[in-house]
Amino acid sequence: MKTKIEAKNIDVFYGDFQALRNINMQFEENAVTALIGPSGCGKSTYLRLFNRMNDYIDSFNMNGEIVIDGKNIYEKNVLVDELRKGIGMVFQKPNPFPKSIFENVSYGLKIQGIKDKDFLNRRVRKALEQSALWDEVKNDLDKSALALSGGQQQRLCIARTLAVEPKILLMDEPTSALDPIATAKVEELIHQLKEKYTIIIVTHNMQQASRISDFTAFFYMGDLIEYDKTDTIFTKPKNERTQNYITGRFG
Amino acid sequence: MNNLEKEINSLKKELLNMFLLVESQWKKSAIAILEFDQDIAEEISSIENRVNALEITIDKKCENILALLSPVAIDLRFVLSTYKINHELERVADIAESIANYVANNEEAYPKEVLENLQVNDMLNEFNSMIDDIIESFEEEDTKIARKIFKKDKRLNEYNKNAGKSIIKFFDKYNRENLMYLLSSIRKIERAGDSLKNIGEEIIFHLEAKVIKHKEKKT
Repeated sequence: MKTKIEAKNIDVFYGDFQALRNINMQFEENAVTALIGPSGCGKSTYLRLFNRMNDYIDSFNMNGEIVIDGKNIYEKNVLVDELRKGIGMVFQKPNPFPKSIFENVSYGLKIQGIKDKDFLNRRVRKALEQSALWDEVKNDLDKSALALSGGQQQRLCIARTLAVEPKILLMDEPTSALDPIATAKVEELIHQLKEKYTIIIVTHNMQQASRISDFTAFFYMGDLIEYDKTDTIFTKPKNERTQNYITGRFG
Repeated sequence: MNNLEKEINSLKKELLNMFLLVESQWKKSAIAILEFDQDIAEEISSIENRVNALEITIDKKCENILALLSPVAIDLRFVLSTYKINHELERVADIAESIANYVANNEEAYPKEVLENLQVNDMLNEFNSMIDDIIESFEEEDTKIARKIFKKDKRLNEYNKNAGKSIIKFFDKYNRENLMYLLSSIRKIERAGDSLKNIGEEIIFHLEAKVIKHKEKKT
């Protein structure tokens, strides 16, 4: 296995409040890493460091490095738009644009200036196939994305992310608004996608973390308490706080 | 206390009941063999169905906890080890019954001279002290106590080995069929000791997350 992302000595502050303390982690390529912990533990803040989403928050301040493919993405000469082409993000609630299914998936490519229709058609189809949605929508590509069910909308958002062919997928509780059937489909999708992508997922659902991830990191009040293979975390965690959290004894 | 903790505690109580029932069966079994007490031997057989019923109850509880409450970490290890301990205990109780059946169906007692020479009393005391250790280690969640039984199991193996050699010299003096029942009982005590050893390993797995079974064979 190869390291795709490395977090080195990460401290994050919102004004005077320290949200993350001295985090050091290496993320394997083509693996799913789950970030777990109670609300306010810093896991979403941490996830948003990888595509520099926190940059928009006025009081945000950080120390340390996030190294992707050997390059610190917080160096001054890094172009954030370019960085984000390689890092897709899927959010808690499906957020399709009020446009057709086709326009949603091709949106990222179009803003990159791509106009070749055949190319766009191929990419849209491929992304919808990868997100396991193609068979359900192939005859309705011109219909509004808002007419899809919640689970379909979330898979559409994943397709929209995949269309620009990123290397890394960040997922912030991607199934928390979905029913069990839609959740199962997205989880199965995540399982398949790791062959091509490095995936980091924030989840509050312990069973989901255990089902879909290869590695799990447990955060508590801004500290990384334990990071290990998922089977180790869920069968013999080393830290008592991890054990208490995953067994439901606190948090 | 959350629902999972309540269920785990309830399972622990049931398993402790199973331990105590099996312990009582074996204490009676020792009396049956040493004192040729056929009434106690019959009693052991009649109680065996309670052991079987409790085994099924514990299995069902394990199944429900796994299916409904998705235990992880120490809770998962407890359910997994309980499931295995439960089956080992049922086997240990079966062996007590089988030894008692020999006594119940025999027409004469095992000769005192042979019992003494083969150290059957010592072997049964050793075995019953292993059960006591196992119960104490389970109740106190103390793996140090559980580890005591490995040495004791080796001593049971020795008693068994020596008995096989020593009993031959009594073949011309006493009823051979009766002696073979006694030797078979000794073999069974040794096998029940192996089951107690397995239980000790499961208690260590539950509490320390260490798998120690089959380690001896590798070294």
